[in-house]
Amino acid sequence: MKRRNFLKACIIGGATISLGKTNKGWAAGSFEGYPDAMGVLTDTTRCIGCRSCEAACNKEQKLPEPETSFEDKSVFEHERRPDSKAYTVVNAYDKKQPGEPVYRKIQCNHCNEPACLTSCFVNAYTKTKEGAVIYNSKVCVGCRNCMIACPFNVPGYSYESVTNPIVKKCILCYDTRLKVGKPPACVDICPQEALTFGRRSDLIKLAHERIREYPDRYYDNVYGEKELGGTSWLYLSRTSFDKIGFDTTLGNEPIISNVKEFLGMVPMVLSIWPALFSGIHLLSKGKHDEHGHDTESTQEDR
Amino acid sequence: MPSYKPLIFGALLLSLSASFPMAASCLSAPDTITLNAGGKLFEPFSFDHAKHIQEIKECSDCHHHTTGTLVQNPKCVKCHQNSSPTAVVSCKGCHSATPFSPETLAEKSAEKQRFHLDKMGLKGAMHQGCIGCHEKQGAGPTGCQDCHQLSEAGKAFYYSGKVAVKGAHGAKKH
Repeated sequence: MKRRNFLKACIIGGATISLGKTNKGWAAGSFEGYPDAMGVLTDTTRCIGCRSCEAACNKEQKLPEPETSFEDKSVFEHERRPDSKAYTVVNAYDKKQPGEPVYRKIQCNHCNEPACLTSCFVNAYTKTKEGAVIYNSKVCVGCRNCMIACPFNVPGYSYESVTNPIVKKCILCYDTRLKVGKPPACVDICPQEALTFGRRSDLIKLAHERIREYPDRYYDNVYGEKELGGTSWLYLSRTSFDKIGFDTTLGNEPIISNVKEFLGMVPMVLSIWPALFSGIHLLSKGKHDEHGHDTESTQEDR
Repeated sequence: MPSYKPLIFGALLLSLSASFPMAASCLSAPDTITLNAGGKLFEPFSFDHAKHIQEIKECSDCHHHTTGTLVQNPKCVKCHQNSSPTAVVSCKGCHSATPFSPETLAEKSAEKQRFHLDKMGLKGAMHQGCIGCHEKQGAGPTGCQDCHQLSEAGKAFYYSGKVAVKGAHGAKKH
């Protein structure tokens, strides 16, 4: 009877825990970000491709020296992506058009509901109330799930370190600047003010105001306002976003919405199944004891 | 011969009206202004204000509604139609040198009545204003070092790297 009561309690307890978790999961799908979360608005119509932001990021985050200097404009010949040695890169798009190409800075977009955070099983990632998605490199085990999960292909991987393999990406200068209210280093250095720092909710208003005021200059959409549940980094463009390398097929549902039902089952599986199956195992073993078919081992134990 | 008289008179009036507001408001204007005075990566440099006055003639082209001819832009005249020249006409008087500092952001959100929420910072306003006009006019420098030379710190900042390549911050010839 004791065993049966224990099992009952396990099942009931487990079910309440898992139900509670699932309800929370559903609520999380409509999370619109922390009210005072900061963000950055990139106005791609202002960027001149000077790569100052890349240099500033390199110095601020104490990253290794680049292959070629930040003066090198030949890097625009190929599309680059951020990696463990460069948390931000500027690419050139629309190069076939006459005149200057469109430059676009790429870095972590600091999602309201980050897929990297969802995918991380050691909870290395945190979305801070200031809006930054940061990670604890001490707990990171280097599984690279976040690299696969990130819809923007952002996290880089420090392959060079065998003993401490960790994922690296833009943290919105959280440790050195954002925490004390200062803008990230890239924003500070931008000569064109192509990057605007402020509260995310204010930046959305600002972006729409720019579109309203200069309808000829801007495509009528703010990338990152709704994409995947919204991102802290927002963008304005002259042309439609797919023309300058943005993925416009991501939809507005955060990644967690696609996996929350499955993830809601995980605590149930983890908490109930071991108890359930060990219970069944014990019960079946107990039966064997009662009928005296399996007494050898128990005798030896005694 | 007498038929020329009104023409000459008209031309005189025109030239007077064109030069008068400028002469009145730019009397105390400095001939040169040191820009980027506290610059770390780029050296400070001298801006030839007199030359720009001579070539542009219209103060409000750069100084908006603070001096020179009253604004004509239909969007601006709604409020600034009768704006008299302001006491402060310098760029940094309105465009903050620290547009994203916690203090500036707090000030902005505290002032609920503020209309110009998207006012550019000093650095952005200078670069976009200067380079934008130089490109439009097809005259004047547009490259980084055409105006301000890289300082030693700036060279270390931008030229770090295993292979030094000159490009983005090099001088463009116009």
